[in-house]
Amino acid sequence: MSETGVTRIESGIAPVAPVARDHVIPLAVLAELTHRCPLQCPYCSNPVDLERAGQELTTDEWRKTLTELAQIGVLQIHFSGGEPTVRKDLAEIVRHANDVGLYTNLITSAVLLTREKLKDLADAGLSHIQISFQGSETIVADRVAGLAKSHDKKIQVARWARELDLPLTVNAVMHRQNLHQLSDVIQMAVDLDADRLEVANVQYYGWALKNRAALMPTLQQIEDCTRIVEDAQTRLKGTLAIDYVVPDYYAIRPKKCMGGWGRQFFNISPSGKVLPCHAAETITGLAFDSVRDHSIAWIWENSEALNRYRGTGWMPEPCRSCDHREEDFGGCRCQAFALTGDAGNTDPACALSPLHEGIFKTAEREAAEGASQFIYRNFSGGTREEDVINRA
Amino acid sequence: MTTRTRNVTIGEASRPALPRHVKFRFDETRQAWVILAPERVLAPDETAVEVLQLCDGERTVSDMVDRLAAKYAADRKDIGADVIAMLQDLADKGFLADKGAVSHE
Repeated sequence: MSETGVTRIESGIAPVAPVARDHVIPLAVLAELTHRCPLQCPYCSNPVDLERAGQELTTDEWRKTLTELAQIGVLQIHFSGGEPTVRKDLAEIVRHANDVGLYTNLITSAVLLTREKLKDLADAGLSHIQISFQGSETIVADRVAGLAKSHDKKIQVARWARELDLPLTVNAVMHRQNLHQLSDVIQMAVDLDADRLEVANVQYYGWALKNRAALMPTLQQIEDCTRIVEDAQTRLKGTLAIDYVVPDYYAIRPKKCMGGWGRQFFNISPSGKVLPCHAAETITGLAFDSVRDHSIAWIWENSEALNRYRGTGWMPEPCRSCDHREEDFGGCRCQAFALTGDAGNTDPACALSPLHEGIFKTAEREAAEGASQFIYRNFSGGTREEDVINRA
Repeated sequence: MTTRTRNVTIGEASRPALPRHVKFRFDETRQAWVILAPERVLAPDETAVEVLQLCDGERTVSDMVDRLAAKYAADRKDIGADVIAMLQDLADKGFLADKGAVSHE
């Protein structure tokens, strides 16, 4: 048993934790079914160069991919995007995932769902739904989403989900322009009878990096945020589970991004590329392999891009001789690339990076300057908020 | 009508069952039983597996304890405490429903 990485505790049930090996078959995989999305959130985690509808895997290709995933030992599949409900074959894909034994989770903006469509998904075997929210009320939330009436629709779909007995996670992406609504977001999750709430501060690559000046929270906001979340975690124990992600610009140690590059997780892009994380395509110069050309098992072992930053052999100083190198694997490769131009550098979120202090100062300055205009995410490389307003 | 999985208290009269969003199955790749839940994969040990296989929403905890105590010729009180503690732990995570509970809603 020990080699499979299954740990045990006395009470009889323990989380399955990965072992300290170079890489293992992931327990869960993220499937990005499409990059198409009716929302235009300025912090979107998709790459700035979005994949077009014509490049997307077909229904049959997804079926084959899901079967392969189950065969190699993946247990859970998260359907995401873009907006996964844009795909007309979503219920079919969910049904197939369920048939091959995968635990299915839908990560959605919810705005395209009707009660009937949601029921079709539940009937197809969907086990869990996560709905993203951009704030606690319409004015802030609809502006961030870049879509009128989106907030009210999300509330409606969340209620339908509970009526249909689907467990609900509320995903709240937080930044300088909505952190003042955090307490209300938590109450909203309770009122919606959600099981879980993810309070995720924006991570800055791709679209979010383009919009960093408009999104970066102040240090005071982060301190307040942490206090509010910790209070709620205690107060709501047994009612609402709350997971919390802090922005690593204000951290001392970098995050163990994805548990290490290509180590225990991968995601599949709309066109079938196997990536170590959803942002990896922001790193230029890496060639990712597609499920169209190779088996997933082959890619997981042999992909040059996945092997590039696996383990610790690739590390420069100060990582190479650092005692924490197997705790955080040098932080996030995408962030290292975005901020230093080389994905092989130490993530500047780490206090040991020579660039750490400069980044912290930049974040503080941007937060203090208070620029509020967004660049909205779209297929034409982004549109400035004032242009959207002028056009309307 | 939703299955109540919050604030569930497990006792001898409970008839525990896994709710639809929690799957309990054998993982051929890792050769181990697993519990699949939202954002979680859990590994039950052998005793927990045996108890979970009895959780069909019909059997009471009391029946399960009788059965296990007889099978292992062990003290009923000890087995009972272990089984209830293990099931309560799952219930506290929101991963167990009690079909025997009187609804307060």
